[in-house]
Amino acid sequence: MRPLHIIACVKVVPKPEEIRVDSETWTIQRDGVRSEINPPDMNALEMALALKEQHGGRVTVVAMGPPTFVLYLRLALAMGADEAYLLSDRAFAGADTLATSYTLAQGIRKIGDYDLILCGEESSDGATAQVPPGIAEWLNTAQITYAEDLEVLPGSGMVKARRELTGGYEVIQAPLPCVASVKAGANEPRFMDMERKAWAEAEGPLTVWTATDIDVDPEMIGLPGSPTIVDGVAQAEASERKREFLAGTPEEQAQALVERLRAYL
Amino acid sequence: MTKSLYGAQEASAIWVYLEQNQGRLTGVSLELVGKARELTDGRSIPLVGVLLGDQVSGLAQEAIAAGADEVRVADHPLLRQYTTDGYTKAFTELILAGKPDILLLGATPNGRDLAGRLAVRLRTGLTADCTDLRLEEDTGLLVGEVTGFGGGILAYIKCPDNRPQMATVRPGVFAVPAPDGARQGKVVSVPVNLAKEDIKVQVLEHVDGQGVDITRAQVLVAAGRGCQGDLALINELASLLDGEVGVSRVPVDEGWASRDRMIGQTGYVTRPKLAIVCGISGAFQFSVGIEKAETIVAINTDAEAPIFEQADYCIVDDMFDVLPPLIEAVKRARGGNGGR
Repeated sequence: MRPLHIIACVKVVPKPEEIRVDSETWTIQRDGVRSEINPPDMNALEMALALKEQHGGRVTVVAMGPPTFVLYLRLALAMGADEAYLLSDRAFAGADTLATSYTLAQGIRKIGDYDLILCGEESSDGATAQVPPGIAEWLNTAQITYAEDLEVLPGSGMVKARRELTGGYEVIQAPLPCVASVKAGANEPRFMDMERKAWAEAEGPLTVWTATDIDVDPEMIGLPGSPTIVDGVAQAEASERKREFLAGTPEEQAQALVERLRAYL
Repeated sequence: MTKSLYGAQEASAIWVYLEQNQGRLTGVSLELVGKARELTDGRSIPLVGVLLGDQVSGLAQEAIAAGADEVRVADHPLLRQYTTDGYTKAFTELILAGKPDILLLGATPNGRDLAGRLAVRLRTGLTADCTDLRLEEDTGLLVGEVTGFGGGILAYIKCPDNRPQMATVRPGVFAVPAPDGARQGKVVSVPVNLAKEDIKVQVLEHVDGQGVDITRAQVLVAAGRGCQGDLALINELASLLDGEVGVSRVPVDEGWASRDRMIGQTGYVTRPKLAIVCGISGAFQFSVGIEKAETIVAINTDAEAPIFEQADYCIVDDMFDVLPPLIEAVKRARGGNGGR
C-alpha cells in the first residue's frame, strides 16, 4: 500500500464565550471576537497526526473561509500537519451544509490521493453535524460518524472504528477511502511544536485556492448553491423564573427548599 | 442553484422517519409523528411514517396510534442493522417513488448520520437540530427553528425550492402523543432493492445503551464541574426522588458519567417537572437542555453564575454542604407524608 494520506477538515469558529448578538439587527457581531479551530476538529486533527505517527504517511489540512484563516492553518502545520489548503473565495460565502460539503469535497478531490478524511463531529457554532456525511456522499465513500476511536488496519485497506450511539456504541469496519467524524473529546489535542512553529510561519506549505482553482459549478457554491435560507432571527426568550434566593445555613436553605418543593416530593 | 431530484410541484405529504433500534421505535420518532399531526391539522396533508428494518411491520401500529395516516414499511434482511449505505439507498428509492414534500427525522446519532447523507443524495436542503417546526401560513412551507451560535439566538430556516424539505429534531423537544389505539391507518409494504455489495461497511459489534433515558425523567438531579467527580450525594438524592442523574459536559469529558446522561446542546433536551442543578454554571450550551423544566433549583458557590438567572430557587453555597441536609429534609418530608 502507498503511504497513508489523511486529510483533516477544520473549521474556524468564533469562541462561544465571546459571541455577542446585536440587539438592534439580530446579527452576530464578529468584530473583535477571537476565533479558534472548532474544538472537535482539533480532535480530528489530533487523530490524524497520531495515525501518521503510527503508520507513516502524511496529513493535509483543509479549511474553507476568509484569507485570515491562514493563521489557523499555520497552527495546524506547527502541530504536525504536512500541508494545508484554504478554500477562500467570496463566492463561497453564505453556504449551507449542501454547498459547504460540495465545496470541501471539490477541494479534497483537487488535493487528491486521499485515504482517510477526518472531520470533527460537529461545529460549535452551527452544530449541524451534516457536513461530514455530505462530504462522504459527494466523494462516494464510506462514512463513520461519531468515531471515538479509529484504527487503520495495516495492509487491508480498511479502518475499524468505535462509534458512539445513544447510550451504546458499535464497532464498524469500512474500506478506505472513508470519511469519519470524530467525537468531541475523543483525545487530547497536542500543543504546537515550537520547533515547527518558525517553519510553519515562514515556509510551511500553505496553498489558497479560489473557486476557479477547484473546479466547482458556480451555481452550486455559496449562497446561490444553498437550498436553505434564513427567514428571520429572534432572541431566544428566557422563560420566566422565580429567581428566589434562599438564605441561611445549609440546613435552613435545605428546609426552605423542601417547603417550596412539597408538590414534587 | 443545485436542483433537487424532484420539484415542489410534484411533492406532497409529510413523511416521518420511524427510527427503530433492535425492533423498538425510538421515542423521538413518535414525538415527530405527534408534532407532524399537529402541523397537518386543518390541512389535508397526508402524514406518512417510514419504517426501515427487518421484520419490523409490527411497529407500524404504534405510529398509527400516535397519529400517522399511513406507514410504509421497507423490510429486508440487510436492513436489520442500521448502515449508512443500506438505509440511504433504500430510503432514497422510497422517497423518489413517493416524493414527499417534507421529511422529518430524529436528531439521534444514526438519524443525523442518515439525514446528512440523504440530503446530499437528494440535492436538497436540511435544517438540522430544530427546536420547533411550523408551516408557513400562506405558502405551507416548513419553517424550522434552530438555536444558533450558542448565544440564545433563534433562526428560522426554510427551503423554498428543493424537495423534500428536510429537518431533524432533537429528542425531547416535542412530547410523545398519547396513543389512540382506535386510530386506523394503512400499512403498505414497499419493495427493497438491496444487495450485499451496496453496503460498504460491516458492523462488527453493536451494544445498546443501558436504558437510561433522561428525556423521560420527571425529576432530574444534575451535576457539573462542581461535583469534582463525586456523584454519591447526587445519586442518593436522585434515587430518593425517583429521578435520574443528569450531567453537564464536564463530567462526561472527565469520565465521571456516561454520555447518555448529558444535558444540553450536544446532549439531550430534557423536560422534567423538577430539576435540581448542582455545581453547574449554566452556560447556554447546558441551559438549552434544561429550560423546559417546570421548576429549576440551582445550587452553586458562585453567586454570579448564569444558572441563577434561569432558576426558580437559588442557593448560593457549596453543594457538598447543602446536599446532606437537603437529603435529610427530603426524607423527613417524605416521612411526614407517610413515605413511599
